[in-house]
Amino acid sequence: MTDTLTEMLTTLNGSLLSDAPLLPLFILLTSLLASPVLFALPESAARLRAGINLTVAALKVALVGWLGIKVGQGVVYDISFNMLPGLEFKLQADPLAILFVSLSAILWLVTTVYSVGYLERGPHRARFFGFFSLCVAATVGIAMAGNLFTFLIFYELLTLATYPLVIHKGSAEALRAGRIYLIYTLAGGLVLLLGTLGLWVLAGTTDFTPGGVLEDVVAENRLAAQALFVVLVGALGVKAALVPFHAWLPTAMVAPAPVSALLHAVAVVKAGAFGIMRVVYEVFGIETAQALGMTAPLAALAGVTIIYGSLRAITQDDIKKRLAYSTVSQVSYITLGVALASPIAAVGALAHLIHQGLMKITMFMAAGNLAEGLGVKKVSEMNGVGRAMPGTMLAFSAAALAMIGLPPLAGFVSKWYLAQGGLDAGAGWVIALLLGSSLLNAFYFLPMLYRAWFRDGTIEAPARPRIGWMLAAPPVATALMVLFVGGFANAPFSPLEWTRFVVAIEYQE
Amino acid sequence: MMLDPLTLVLFAPLFGAVAAFVFPRAAAAVGLGAVLVTCGAVLWLAQQVLAAGAVTVALGGWEPPLGIALRADGLAVAMLAMTAVVGLLVSASALDALREARQQQYFWPLWLLLLTGMNGVYLGTDVFNLYVMIEVIALAAVGLTVLSGTREAVRAGLEYMYASILGALLFLLGVGFVYLQLGRLDFEGLNSAEPSGALSAALALMVIGLLLKTALFPLHFWLPAAHANATAPASALLSGLVVKAALYIFLRLSTYMPLPDEILITLIGTLGAGAVLWGGVQALRAERLKLLVAWSTVVQIGLIFIAFARAGQIGLTESWKAAALLILAHGVAKAAMFLAAGRIKDEVGHDVIRDLDRSSIRPTLAQFTFALAAISIIGLPPSLGFIGKWSLMEGAMAAGYWHWVAVTMIGTLLSVAYFSRVFAGFLRFDRMRGELAEHKGWAVADIAPLTLALAAISLGLMATPILSFLELGYPFGATP
Repeated sequence: MTDTLTEMLTTLNGSLLSDAPLLPLFILLTSLLASPVLFALPESAARLRAGINLTVAALKVALVGWLGIKVGQGVVYDISFNMLPGLEFKLQADPLAILFVSLSAILWLVTTVYSVGYLERGPHRARFFGFFSLCVAATVGIAMAGNLFTFLIFYELLTLATYPLVIHKGSAEALRAGRIYLIYTLAGGLVLLLGTLGLWVLAGTTDFTPGGVLEDVVAENRLAAQALFVVLVGALGVKAALVPFHAWLPTAMVAPAPVSALLHAVAVVKAGAFGIMRVVYEVFGIETAQALGMTAPLAALAGVTIIYGSLRAITQDDIKKRLAYSTVSQVSYITLGVALASPIAAVGALAHLIHQGLMKITMFMAAGNLAEGLGVKKVSEMNGVGRAMPGTMLAFSAAALAMIGLPPLAGFVSKWYLAQGGLDAGAGWVIALLLGSSLLNAFYFLPMLYRAWFRDGTIEAPARPRIGWMLAAPPVATALMVLFVGGFANAPFSPLEWTRFVVAIEYQE
Repeated sequence: MMLDPLTLVLFAPLFGAVAAFVFPRAAAAVGLGAVLVTCGAVLWLAQQVLAAGAVTVALGGWEPPLGIALRADGLAVAMLAMTAVVGLLVSASALDALREARQQQYFWPLWLLLLTGMNGVYLGTDVFNLYVMIEVIALAAVGLTVLSGTREAVRAGLEYMYASILGALLFLLGVGFVYLQLGRLDFEGLNSAEPSGALSAALALMVIGLLLKTALFPLHFWLPAAHANATAPASALLSGLVVKAALYIFLRLSTYMPLPDEILITLIGTLGAGAVLWGGVQALRAERLKLLVAWSTVVQIGLIFIAFARAGQIGLTESWKAAALLILAHGVAKAAMFLAAGRIKDEVGHDVIRDLDRSSIRPTLAQFTFALAAISIIGLPPSLGFIGKWSLMEGAMAAGYWHWVAVTMIGTLLSVAYFSRVFAGFLRFDRMRGELAEHKGWAVADIAPLTLALAAISLGLMATPILSFLELGYPFGATP
């Protein structure tokens, strides 16, 4: 063991300046190591805590940027050690990982600013930021996991780190939601453990490899492979909030606004969707999955979820609940794009992974600002809020219109590629589904915008909402990103461009 | 006589026990010293085993079957190391947790005697010596149970003593029959004996005695009260270490027995499944924190037996490793958990689970420690408990024994359910009486349990070296 350590240290010293092979590990460690420090800080050290949070978050964005450039140049990163004989803990930085890591790094920075503002005087800040950091570390681990075993480790860590955030308020309602959340996600995790074990026993490896690792197994034992697909995708579907495993998501919106924002945009639901991607593309391989006859039912399930989520969203009066059901619907676009088994749809799915994150985080932060600044928590109370908080509501409106799919905003780009992919895959119903879904999106978002901008306020709004720049700026920033990724979709290093790079690898073109 | 680590491992705690008894005022210092010497000896021994494989010493130069031999292989040293490290940290926390002079005075000799017995069990090579050692352990353990002096503890201690004596008697009866059959009592002799019905019956008696002592369902009746009512350091020792002694002998015997047949192994696994389910339900109903933790020990013992049975007769040569991993994981995590529960009880003033959230005192670090230990006991990655459970399920799945996979999964869900009752008590604030006392609850006393809990989590990352260490000296006769 000492030998390995010395070896590791030599490699570290030798190449720290040239191309830093441990860069992915450093990125993981930024937030992982920040977490115990944040836990240990006394409650009163607010400035120091904010300083550490922002420094680490900014450092991480910089490191991820560097990593992205390196990977774009074709550098391969691979860090692994044996946890059990033959079974490795493995981190890799493939283009798909970069896509997700960038999203989490950038949105973490934005949300950190927002959280510092949001929790300025609240209780248990040490605990909050400690777990917040841990949660981001888990997301990074999920993104860079090089095999399903490592993925599982971080997937469970994510559950454990988000639970205290969900119940942060410590009220009976929060604890009830937390219990539901824990039951769903840990049961899902347990099934994922079962699936990982099954994969390990069947294939003798859990590595993520473009094209998949199950070709031989499928030839030998088709039924076992099909069962494995159902188990794995079902387990991941819990976090991805696929119907009928979605019930935890709307109840979990009792969490503080920044937590909801992170949960819906990068952390939990995205971990599920991202996992489905990894499983379909790199455990089974898209062709194998299609040959197994599993992609069509998955696409159908995603379609049902899209419509169901939208229908439920229409009837919600609570703003955060409406947004939560909208997430149920929107995240399934990603699954749909994966399941359509067409490279064009895959571009849409991957782009939506990023776009949905940007749009939804904007909306949750805006909703948080409405609650903080005006005490508005329900759709029916939104009359005239546009005039009271124009910045926040402009951001909200931009994100909502993007969600509906108004060109040239972000949501339009993903829907466009998904629809084309549907045609490409010979699934014409996708066009109808997307049109229907957009119509439903409009149905639940436009009334909110109408109330906000065109109706007179019925509630006594304070003359100047009491929110600081730390609350006001982040949603505006992410709204600008929504405009940018849509308007300049073809610019180099835009999510869409990177997405094409990833899809070329997964479809082995 | 040359000093060798094997003898030192056995005699350092023994002399320490005598010295602590004779000099009660210096008991704590003597005790800590003896435990430290034991740790050093274990380290020394580990070095020898790493270099040369199994190490054997004949006490006083008398070779078996006449004399007593001590043997240390990878498994034995791993158990010794776990016991020494857990023992050291529990000792450190006992300095703070036992406030009365009288408790300190009795704790140290008893605990060192217990350590002697444990080490003797790990190193023993003949069944009569094992019998002596489990009697020593029982004596010390009953003493530790009643140390708190409350009426419940004394009642639980009595019940524990009866169960213990009965178990030991059954074991002794088995030993007697073995002697009648073979005329010798060492493992070598058992190993080379012709299988016969009478020998199997004798071994069966011994096994039943051991199951009673390790509290496998349905022979667990004495455990919850005994472990829940002892003082925190004593509970940590009883739950983390003591039940493992009989479990360890069972593991050892299983290789020297004429191979147990499929039905027996299934029976043992079924009892384990019973423990997982019944213990889980009881933990869900437990009203007090320490009682819940004690029931979780019943569950974990069951899980270890499922690991033993996971792949039937053919898998036995591999299954012991899964069982050993779970034993080590549970030893470390459960000690951490009992110490943390003790700290919570000390700070809050009670350990009634449903009233934890009414207190305005929140011993944050102890609660965090408890949660970390729970992660290992539930079996969430990357803890050692997770690795143990992974090996269990992997073996069961590969052998097609899906029922063990199913029971393990149900057990996991149950454990999540009963531990989340506790977490809710930690994290709920709207029923609190009075203002929250900010950061009141962390103290130097939290360091020992926290260290143990962190070890339980991080040891999972070292599973590969641990596994290859366990195999040193071919503990299970799987000589190539």
